[in-house]
Amino acid sequence: MTATLDAPQQPGSLKSSSGVSKLGDKIFGGVSKGAGILILVVLAAVAAFLIAQAIPTFTGETDKPFPQYVGPLIFGTIWSAFLALVIATPLAVAVALFTSHYAPRRLAAPLGWFIDLLAAVPSVVYGLWGSGVFAPVLARSVYPWLEDNLGFIPLFKGPASTSGRTMMTVALVLAVMILPIITAISREVFLQTPRLHEEASLALGATRWEMIRQSVLPYGRSGVISGAMLGLGRALGETMAVAIILSPANIITFNTISNQNPNTIAANIALKFPESAGINVNRLIATGLVLFVLTFFVNAIARRIARAGFSGAEG
Amino acid sequence: MSSNDGGSDGDGGRHGPTLRTLDERVEMTEEVHDTAAEIASIEAVPLPDDVDVTNRIVVEHLHIYYGDFLAVEDVNMIIEPKSVTAVIGPSGCGKSTFLRTLNRMHEVIVGARADGTVLLDGENLYDPRVDPVAVRRKVGMVFQRPNPFPTMSIYDNVLAGKRLNSKRLKKSEADGLVEQALRDSNLWEEVKDRLGGPGSGLSGGQQQRLCIARAIAVEPEVLLMDEPCSALDPISTLAIEELMKELRENFTIVIVTHNMQQAARVSDRTAFFSIEGAGKPGKLVEMDDTETIFSNPQRQATIDYVTGRFG
Amino acid sequence: MTATATRPPAAAAPAPSPLTSGRFTLVQRLAVVAGAILVGALTWIPSGAVNWAHWAVVSVVVYCAGTYVVSRIVEGRRHALDRLATAVVTSAFGVVLLPLISVVWTVVQRGWARMDADFFTTSMRGVVSEGGGAWHAIVGTLIITAITTVISVPFGLFTAVYLVEYGQGRLARSITAMVDVMTGIPSIVAGLFAYALFVLWQGPGARSGLSGAIALTVLMTPVVIRASEEMLRLVPNELREASYALGVPKWKTIVKVVLPTSIAGILTGITLAIARVIGETAPLLVTAGIAAETNLNPFSGRMATLPVFAYYQYAQPGVPPQNGLDRAWAAALTLMIIVAILFTGARVLARFLRPKGL
Repeated sequence: MTATLDAPQQPGSLKSSSGVSKLGDKIFGGVSKGAGILILVVLAAVAAFLIAQAIPTFTGETDKPFPQYVGPLIFGTIWSAFLALVIATPLAVAVALFTSHYAPRRLAAPLGWFIDLLAAVPSVVYGLWGSGVFAPVLARSVYPWLEDNLGFIPLFKGPASTSGRTMMTVALVLAVMILPIITAISREVFLQTPRLHEEASLALGATRWEMIRQSVLPYGRSGVISGAMLGLGRALGETMAVAIILSPANIITFNTISNQNPNTIAANIALKFPESAGINVNRLIATGLVLFVLTFFVNAIARRIARAGFSGAEG
Repeated sequence: MSSNDGGSDGDGGRHGPTLRTLDERVEMTEEVHDTAAEIASIEAVPLPDDVDVTNRIVVEHLHIYYGDFLAVEDVNMIIEPKSVTAVIGPSGCGKSTFLRTLNRMHEVIVGARADGTVLLDGENLYDPRVDPVAVRRKVGMVFQRPNPFPTMSIYDNVLAGKRLNSKRLKKSEADGLVEQALRDSNLWEEVKDRLGGPGSGLSGGQQQRLCIARAIAVEPEVLLMDEPCSALDPISTLAIEELMKELRENFTIVIVTHNMQQAARVSDRTAFFSIEGAGKPGKLVEMDDTETIFSNPQRQATIDYVTGRFG
Repeated sequence: MTATATRPPAAAAPAPSPLTSGRFTLVQRLAVVAGAILVGALTWIPSGAVNWAHWAVVSVVVYCAGTYVVSRIVEGRRHALDRLATAVVTSAFGVVLLPLISVVWTVVQRGWARMDADFFTTSMRGVVSEGGGAWHAIVGTLIITAITTVISVPFGLFTAVYLVEYGQGRLARSITAMVDVMTGIPSIVAGLFAYALFVLWQGPGARSGLSGAIALTVLMTPVVIRASEEMLRLVPNELREASYALGVPKWKTIVKVVLPTSIAGILTGITLAIARVIGETAPLLVTAGIAAETNLNPFSGRMATLPVFAYYQYAQPGVPPQNGLDRAWAAALTLMIIVAILFTGARVLARFLRPKGL
């Protein structure tokens, strides 16, 4: 693509042309700056409007105190996201390693693209699939087995749900949804391991796995953590998959395979909002604010780790 | 290149005297062609049948490939134990490639392979049943750029190779090993008070000695060094060359260097590789005692290289 | 330099480790695979009914364990660990592929039922159980996505230009930090914001397509900014300096040199951003809501969109439910096809438009 430029200026017209270009620069620069400032305005507006709409919750009459209402929801949000993270991260690291160090070179790019495709699937589709296909399979094959054999663990106390619309199903589907992010970031970091260090390990007589443990994983650790935190942030905010799959109840429990499960903030809003009115709407918005604060902190931690980690790996 | 300097002698040494006339330039070009032709005509001299292979490295009919491309052709050589052998030659002649076949690091590159025999104390490293990982524990390597593991301390760096092989080392054993390896690399005095510090916090020369310590901690028989000083300052270079003289007592050392003076300083024997032209395979042109190679070489190509006229 | 005492002769005892060792042959590996499949099958054969989940899980575990055991015997501990790692990593990849394949397969299989002309040309107006289609939802998605793109692309592009070409100080740093925050806003919260905004204008319970577009803009803009920023930074400084040296003013340099050079990457980034927001359900749920009829006016009234339509058809399918479910899956399939086209389109665009040598 060739760039088109102005014809060189005539000598003697320096003053006049500089006036025109100054105006152009002023306008263009001004618009750009304005756009940037607009970002700040938008964010401030988001905070302001949400707070404004949330406040009536505390001044008005509701059927139960706000903390009592939002407590189980906060628990459900964090619990589901935590489970998803624990399931997804080891898998994501393994898949990233597979793409960066195990698969034949030529397959690396198409494989990466394939996994990224997982990220492009809309969450409502995951919801439909999770509820229509995955949950029944789990209910039939997995949950009864867990209840029978591992029922002593509070997680699997049961009784196993027959519909499969449980916290465990949700956690598994969320894990599938956040896996591509963690994989993508981990893969990038693993690929960037300096060849020099990999060869140092090999020259010492390391097997491939030993080289990975010695050179690749330590180098990539902060990247993996940062990716995991980003995935966590995503899981916390996920709405539709949870809303469609989960069979919710107003309860706090660690039991992941029964019919009684705590709901998440986001799914609760999705379920109740369309039919809510008056102060109930305000209350839902208040819970949304809580969610916003939660994800904000998680993402801030992720950024801090990423910044600290990368500067530490150098040298 | 441009002549007409009215009599000045130019900068002898590496580039030779400044040329004056067109005739001289033509003559030079012809000489270059002659040298190339000579290299092309070299047939590898096979080793005698009755070579005593005990303790030695014996390379026979080694051909090195990148995919289908023959990079180095038909190398035959004998390397004596507990000696320093220098491998010299112009850029692109295959010296590093050759070096990396001695510890089977060459094949780490996708599609690269080597045909032929490399006997280490009678065992053929390229026997199909041989495990390359095991080879690398007997033949260690130090790279051109120092590469201590950045996330490990100095202490852990030295033990990195050892920890791969052994069961749990007792602390006292480990401490002893670290000290011995660092002493043997002339680094102990400088780092003994900060063994817990990061390996990457040292100067270039110190890092390279740390890499040497790491390599010798696994007690290999052979130590390969791929231009180990090219990224270092002259003082550090000197330190490493001194170190090599001591290391020779315990290891067989093969060092690739593009610095002929260095080869002359440190090695007992020298192998000269060269290449006929771009796209052609590299070859072992001549190998002899270092003194002989630099004062009285047999081949014209060798003469041209060591006097700085070519390459 | 101190002379080093020659080390004591390597304790005469340990013989040099043999370079050769057993190898884990292809035949042995196939045997382990076969054995794993067999053992896995044992979990359901007695009962007579195929249980895929049990079979898969047990086979994978037996395969990994078996690989380790056999390799340990034949090759030794270190290589056994290496083989185990390879087996685990490869299995993990296979495990992850399963849901992806299942999702695609399910959507195609169940959505196919309503891939007919009716589905794409009729709305749900007056439809009680059978028939009906997603025409109104498709139109809604197009309108809302178009408005979103028209707002967020210039917004995002100019911000990116500011950050890369102009901003140096605290303002630029604050903006970058805020863009980071914006990328982390949960989608439902963006929807609530847009709702709260429009409550001011249209009163409580307001629903409109424009409101949905505002919510999606909040989600799409930071993505556009990040992608554009990256592409703009890739343009080598030498190009800018060459332009300045010719006396070209800054703004013209940006418009005629920098932007055209990075346009491929920017367009790709925009396409991917569209692919992401087009599937968003939650924010639209609380802003545009759902409607049974086609609504072409984005400024007032509920407007159906594909993802929300799919959700409601699934959650409230009516009687008999199969019709609703069919419509839901068909809508999901349509959505996936659109996303796939955008996704591949972005890649093709990138390859096609990339200036040589960059």
